[in-house]
Amino acid sequence: MRKKGKLKRATIGDWIIVFVMILLILTCILPIMTVVATSLSDPTAVMRRDVTFLPVGFNITAYVDVINDSRFMWSLAWTAIITLIAVVVNLAMTVLCAYPLTYDSLKGRKIITVLIIFTMYFGAGLIPTFILFRTLGLLDNPAVLILPGMISVFFMIIMRNFFIGIPESLKESAEMDGAGPLTCLVKIYLPLSTPVLATIGLFYAVGRWNGFMDALFFLPSASEYHPIQLLLYNILQNITAIDPMDPGDVAQPGMGTVTESAAIVIAMVPILCVYPFVQKYFVSGVTLGAVKG
Amino acid sequence: MNRSSESSMGNFKSYMQRHWGLYAMLILPIGFFVIFSYLPMINLLIAFMTNNIFIPITTAPWERWVGLANFRWALDNIQFRQAVSNTLMFSFLDLVIGFPMPIILALLLNELKFKVFKRVTQTISYMPFFLSWILVGGLMLRLFQTQTGAVNNIFMNIGFGPVPFLTSSNHWIFTNVFTAIWRGLGWNTIIYLAAITAVNPELYEAAEMDGATRLKKMWHVTLPGIRPVIVTLLILTLGGIMGADMARFLATENHLVRDASTVLPIFVFRWGLEGAQYHRAAAVGLIASVINLIILFSANFTSRKITGNGLW
Repeated sequence: MRKKGKLKRATIGDWIIVFVMILLILTCILPIMTVVATSLSDPTAVMRRDVTFLPVGFNITAYVDVINDSRFMWSLAWTAIITLIAVVVNLAMTVLCAYPLTYDSLKGRKIITVLIIFTMYFGAGLIPTFILFRTLGLLDNPAVLILPGMISVFFMIIMRNFFIGIPESLKESAEMDGAGPLTCLVKIYLPLSTPVLATIGLFYAVGRWNGFMDALFFLPSASEYHPIQLLLYNILQNITAIDPMDPGDVAQPGMGTVTESAAIVIAMVPILCVYPFVQKYFVSGVTLGAVKG
Repeated sequence: MNRSSESSMGNFKSYMQRHWGLYAMLILPIGFFVIFSYLPMINLLIAFMTNNIFIPITTAPWERWVGLANFRWALDNIQFRQAVSNTLMFSFLDLVIGFPMPIILALLLNELKFKVFKRVTQTISYMPFFLSWILVGGLMLRLFQTQTGAVNNIFMNIGFGPVPFLTSSNHWIFTNVFTAIWRGLGWNTIIYLAAITAVNPELYEAAEMDGATRLKKMWHVTLPGIRPVIVTLLILTLGGIMGADMARFLATENHLVRDASTVLPIFVFRWGLEGAQYHRAAAVGLIASVINLIILFSANFTSRKITGNGLW
């Protein structure tokens, strides 16, 4: 009966929905086209309001400027480095936290879980954290980009629920053979958890790649450790600028806008290249969280 | 007596033999939560202390104690009140305009007949969520700037505008709200679409037998079917009403719209870190998070009473 319904020809209502979806797609794609077009355009054309969604007076000077700006390229590389470190460290810590909490027999499990979940709903806030980091010597210390974000409670719960879903008989038979918890985790649980590990790892990676506030708050005078998003923020806020190859470009009206656009595009390309491949993992991650959240 | 304590010692020993590995694993994570979540809470005490720089920091805490003076300062501060009203305004707009949008989109996507087109639409609609707020702020500039923004270029070509999307506070508020909706719209449908697939198909068949139209089925079958999810997300949204996504406001504000863009977290950042008024800013932060916690608990309680669904 359902089958028959599905074979019915598309009605006017279907086409209205298609039309709305096309509008939605356009709102997603056109902003990207604008910034790409601006980055490839002649600055005077930009100032003349000629550039909307396609480049006018094609030129790549802005890209040459950005790529030759050693600070910008270092910041990209540094962001890649800390993203890699964050994924490895965060995953390890999240597993270490999630796995023991799956044991019903573990004394203190309830209270530990409650105390951890409480931190999802109440945090001390920016200022107390800042003062603590000052005391701990984490200010202007690159470790501040990794340590405070090691465990996301939300992902830890998702991982714990995934572990709980793995049949306990596997663990029990291993324990009969004298395997301890660590052996069970490494030999049984982790190999069966690759999808959820991939999902959560990608969440951590995108979070670190896109993050900038920790650096803004806690690395005030260590600009060499600023991730790409903070550098871009400073460029867009006109706190700093890309150095042009040709010093004469500084005076050219519109050049700033074009260079900014090129910087935006370069910072955007990695995430745009990766997201179509990772989004299905992300979707399964959200759904995992929703089922047992 | 002696024997029973001996056997409980024995129990403890065998318990620890089986579980010490688990406690060892938990050492680092527990240390993490103690240091990064609970230790900062001790520093919340500074919200009750003086910020007077003439009283040295080495003075004992009880001699710097000023009770609620920092809170009173905040409540009397006109900029604080402005920040509260900005925060509530954005939360209200996000709730009224933003909250229903992904539900509507999910319902529409669910009705979409062309499966490949549906998948393509979904994939593209997730894209903005992967862009950092900084990138989104950059896109906003390119689109909405008065001088060279693409939207104003189009408007000028048809002899209209320019519209001060980013430079007039009233315009900026709506530019910001719709940008935030745009960024999360596709992403936030995921959870609703997952809930829709769990709706019992027999209900649709029964509705069809009764001659229900498509809209009627959406209203009477799909929506009630995903009500628990809607309620859960609504509670979470309500619990954040005194807060704001700081990245969003940092990345999109500019000095011309400061009166509208200074929401509470931004206020704390400006007064606390930039102005070094740690004690007062900590008090403001505490006010916001306590109110959020109270709202979250009451929303959860009310929802449990009325609909039977809640977070816990």
